[in-house]
Amino acid sequence: MSWPALYAQLVGANRHSTSLGKIWLSVLFIFRVMVLVVAAESVWGDEQSDFTCNTLQPGCENVCYDQFFPVSHIRLWSLQLVFVSTPTLLVSMYVAYRNHCDRRRLLQGQEEELETLKTRRLPIVGALWWTYFCSLVFKMLFEGSFMYVLYVVYDGFEMPRLVQCDQWPCPNLVDCFISRPTEKTIFTVFMATASSICMVLNLAELAYLVAKALNR
Amino acid sequence: MNWGSLEELLSGVNKYSTAFGRAWLSMVFIFRVMVFVVAAQRVWGDESKDFVCNTEQPGCTNVCYDHFFPISHIRLWALQLIFVTCPSLMVTGHVKYREMKDLKYAKQHKGKHMYAHPEKKRGGLWWTYLLSLIFKAGFDAGFLYVLYYVYEGYDMPRLSKCSVFPCPNTVDCYISRPTEKKIFTLFMVVSSAVCIFMCICEMIYLIFKRIEKFTKKVQHRSYSSLRVDPTASNQNITNNKVKKTLSKGKPSPDLFKPTSEKPGDSPFRRSSGPNASLPVRPPMNSLISELNPHKLDPRETKNPPNMRILQQFTSLSLSFSLQALNSSL
Repeated sequence: MSWPALYAQLVGANRHSTSLGKIWLSVLFIFRVMVLVVAAESVWGDEQSDFTCNTLQPGCENVCYDQFFPVSHIRLWSLQLVFVSTPTLLVSMYVAYRNHCDRRRLLQGQEEELETLKTRRLPIVGALWWTYFCSLVFKMLFEGSFMYVLYVVYDGFEMPRLVQCDQWPCPNLVDCFISRPTEKTIFTVFMATASSICMVLNLAELAYLVAKALNR
Repeated sequence: MNWGSLEELLSGVNKYSTAFGRAWLSMVFIFRVMVFVVAAQRVWGDESKDFVCNTEQPGCTNVCYDHFFPISHIRLWALQLIFVTCPSLMVTGHVKYREMKDLKYAKQHKGKHMYAHPEKKRGGLWWTYLLSLIFKAGFDAGFLYVLYYVYEGYDMPRLSKCSVFPCPNTVDCYISRPTEKKIFTLFMVVSSAVCIFMCICEMIYLIFKRIEKFTKKVQHRSYSSLRVDPTASNQNITNNKVKKTLSKGKPSPDLFKPTSEKPGDSPFRRSSGPNASLPVRPPMNSLISELNPHKLDPRETKNPPNMRILQQFTSLSLSFSLQALNSSL
């Protein structure tokens, strides 16, 4: 299982999305997953090896690193992207269930109708509407909570150059220097912006669905 | 998701591009993405490990590295390549939207089509294409400026002096492989500049073609109350008319003479296929009467021979770069 495999799963579910949903998927995979894989991972690649503290005390660096980086940004973003993509699978599960029921009904019927079942695009009404609505709500919840967790754990989206640590076994207040803090800040801000754009797209899609339902 | 998947996503855009657009895409994937992946990334691979300062003060090297490299060239180029290739997806999105509208229209109006050729750059799609070119050139130029601003030029010095806390005094720091980095920086800057130039040429070409079409329309305009399909006002018909007059040896005298035939009475029909009842504007009947009465060969008009060669070259170069990317990743 890897990012391309997840992409393949989501593209299948994309057929039943609205246009905003399709734009959301492109933004997710191009501006978030791809940037994470080709750029951000190499920025955070040496985060532990280049985390230097002004001490020779063995263990002090390890302990200070663990204090300031309980969960690395990269892992938080990977989890966020997995959680945020999963509600779309709810929709494809529901569509598969509908197709299964319709296939049973049509089993006595013509061959070509069974073929169109696989490629048809269901209109977003009734139970599918509710499934889609719930998936959007969950997406927004996951995005919001991961952004909040990142903000709380790192006291904002900025990465300082210097942090001071006095955890045992450090003998006193020790200066520790983070590697590439400016580049990390730039990428953190970029990923937070992309998250916000995705949240706005989800909100717009939610409003569009509700407006369509009210019109009907 | 990696460069190979992005390339696969974008090779579909080729169908809707002009010749300049296809050349631009090949240029981006061969001279920029491929060089980036197989060469530039290795040059910058040890940039942090081999950045050495003349001090034993812990943290001084980290801080000086951060001071001189707020964002690495490699990351800037990765972001630049992602941003520059994405506007083409706007065009693909618009064509898919047109095809979807056409399908809905065909279902409601029993076989008639809203767009004869959804991928033809007429109407709204022309503006989307122009906008995508403006964005491409804009992003490229913007990133070039950011690189120039952050690194105060495209130079990479061998030695930099640093006096940021906690360095105790002014400390000499040495960058790894500065000459090789300078060469690759210049290479990427020049290829960006060439891509910007190609975008500008394509914009001029599009605008020029539009003006040319507009002046031709003004010359033999006649009015109709029927809905005009922007994709059927055809270069195809004009091309075929030119071929016909060349084969005859002299231009036909009544080529542009308007006729008073009835709207539904057009000799132009596709003889087979799903678009058999293609709607045609009545004013074209004057040109249509000069055409081969049997059928218009859509392949000939969509793909004249030189375009087919360019298409084949582009698809070959794309598949070659895709293989190289897959083997290196």
